[in-house]
Amino acid sequence: MNEKILLAHGAGGKLSEKLLHEIILPAFDNEILNELHDGAKIGRLAMTTDNYVVRPIFFRGGDIGKLSICGTVNDLAVTGAVPKYISVGFILEEGFDFDELKKIVGSMASAAQEAGVKIVTGDTKVVGRGQADGIFINTAGVGEIIDGVDISAKKICAGMKVLISGTVGDHATTILAERHGLELPENIKSDCAPLNKMIFEMLSAEKNIAMLRDATRGGIAAVLNEIAQAAGVGILIDEEKIPIREEVRGVCDILGFDALELANEGKIIAVVPAESAEKVLAVMKKNIYGINAAIIGEVVKNSAGKVGLKTSLGAIRVVDMPAGELVPRIC
Amino acid sequence: MNKLIKKISRLAEGKKHLRLMEVCGTHTVAIFRSGIRQILPENVELVSGPGCPVCVTCDDFIDKAIAYSKQKNFIVATFGDMLKVPGSRSNLAAAQAEGAKIKIVYSPLDCLKLAQENLDKKIIFFAVGFETTAPTAAATVLAAKARGIKNLFMLSAQKLVPPALKFLLNDSAVKVDGFLLPGHVAVVIGANAFNFLAEDFKIPSTVGGFEAEEILAALKNILEQIDSGKIEVANEYRSVVKAEGNLSAKKILAQVYEISDVEWRGMGKIPASGLKMRSEFADFDIEQVAPIEIEHFNKKTACRCGEVLRGIINPTECPLFGKICTPLHAVGACMVSVEGVCAAWFKYGGRKLIWNEE
Repeated sequence: MNEKILLAHGAGGKLSEKLLHEIILPAFDNEILNELHDGAKIGRLAMTTDNYVVRPIFFRGGDIGKLSICGTVNDLAVTGAVPKYISVGFILEEGFDFDELKKIVGSMASAAQEAGVKIVTGDTKVVGRGQADGIFINTAGVGEIIDGVDISAKKICAGMKVLISGTVGDHATTILAERHGLELPENIKSDCAPLNKMIFEMLSAEKNIAMLRDATRGGIAAVLNEIAQAAGVGILIDEEKIPIREEVRGVCDILGFDALELANEGKIIAVVPAESAEKVLAVMKKNIYGINAAIIGEVVKNSAGKVGLKTSLGAIRVVDMPAGELVPRIC
Repeated sequence: MNKLIKKISRLAEGKKHLRLMEVCGTHTVAIFRSGIRQILPENVELVSGPGCPVCVTCDDFIDKAIAYSKQKNFIVATFGDMLKVPGSRSNLAAAQAEGAKIKIVYSPLDCLKLAQENLDKKIIFFAVGFETTAPTAAATVLAAKARGIKNLFMLSAQKLVPPALKFLLNDSAVKVDGFLLPGHVAVVIGANAFNFLAEDFKIPSTVGGFEAEEILAALKNILEQIDSGKIEVANEYRSVVKAEGNLSAKKILAQVYEISDVEWRGMGKIPASGLKMRSEFADFDIEQVAPIEIEHFNKKTACRCGEVLRGIINPTECPLFGKICTPLHAVGACMVSVEGVCAAWFKYGGRKLIWNEE
């Protein structure tokens, strides 16, 4: 049978993994790509790219423009780099509103300013009505890796602590609620934010942070599984320590989602040496994007490649890699 | 919570192997998520029951919905879960890919708007569910009638839980020592609706909530009944469930539906277990307004959905489970819905999802 691309191939789960390993990697195979980090490391240079297709394009807490800058900035920052320059590509559908484009470009400019990056090159293409959906954005970015920093799964070892920079599931919940017409209280909005300054502060406090990951598609469930597999370790997290807003929990209950699998746009997972975990946590909590940061678990020797969740009953269940397709076009 | 766990262990001590059935799919998922199976004593086994409405909808109904969706000027509206549920030869998602008009709704009430926006189309709400969602579907019909909406219809595959439990208890292959009763269903019909379990079958049963602590409290109560021999229908979800249920929801149910014999997937026809629309509402019943004949098709498959839904086997005992039947390629309906027994076992249990402490 001639296989076709399904929405789930883009959902960051098992099918995304299959696509990557069966089609993309064999074709482009090289040692830089094969690291499979959020950004590529080329000497002391970091580079990354991402496409943005979120629906709706304006949502509480941000829009596709802000997302397209923050996402690329964060991908560079978790590589251990200071993001510097960004390129922007627009694909616009014939008939797209001029004012909406202005608004999107405006929020890109202010996100870039906050992050301290310059948008230095770009391209715009327009396609016929029905051949795209309003607006798609591609951004790519380069940054300079901070001296003495080496973010690598190879550095992860048992006993290290796992940190999250704040509440999980806010972005996906906001998008889902808007799509499904669910009313959410004011404080629930997308967490979309540039995290490079917080990450710089963390790395200044502890150069030996072993791993940083942007917990986007597939949520922390996907990211923790990827880390556990890449490092060949087990990761045990404590359910009661994971920050989740009550309203997010509520929406998950109604729609049957698991907050651990929901996308974030302003949250990172950090794997930090145990002795400096409290220090790094304190630095995160001082930043506005890390107020709710928490130590949620640790790296263990047993159950290599798996993520365990200690429930409120004290039982441990395995958190599987999300199968994907939960919510298409979330970012 | 630790007290509850200790109490459960003490009550189970020295007893035979006990099989307690959680009837509801929401309970199945909650039990897995909180890891309750791992902390129960070895001789207390939780088996999953037939309480996922998507799972028990039989092929013929799916085939019928597909047939309607392919007719000109028809739109079939249903819950997202239904799209991938296999009928005898196809599913709604495949029909959609071939051009059939299918719309996902989150509440039957969304269909009112859909009908008003598509006056030239016939909107069919494919209603699947138990007592929990049936009142909202009934309220939708009442609202359509009140507003003079003439292009909204229902295809009702809605079912009742108590007759299914009676059916299970009359099946000698089913071995159950107690029921964890579905809290959401009991909110509507009341704990008293399950009294026959104690009176006619002498089976301990307890209505439970959905938090880990509430589930444990209900399980403890079932074990206490087994221990003392005083069998009753207990209610450990008293903050929400009343003995007599929700009277206005029950009134709407009685006003719109009459009870009928209906086919359950994997279980056959269960007497007085279906909700059919009353003749007063025939104008809103697509099966009466535009009957459609579908050819019954007996599917040959090694899928053991029927035994899974009756709690006779665990999903892991099905030869297809996790091999050719996965959430991405579901053979049986139980693998489709998030709350389907097999889907829950696939995501949280069975397979290699065991945390190794060594």
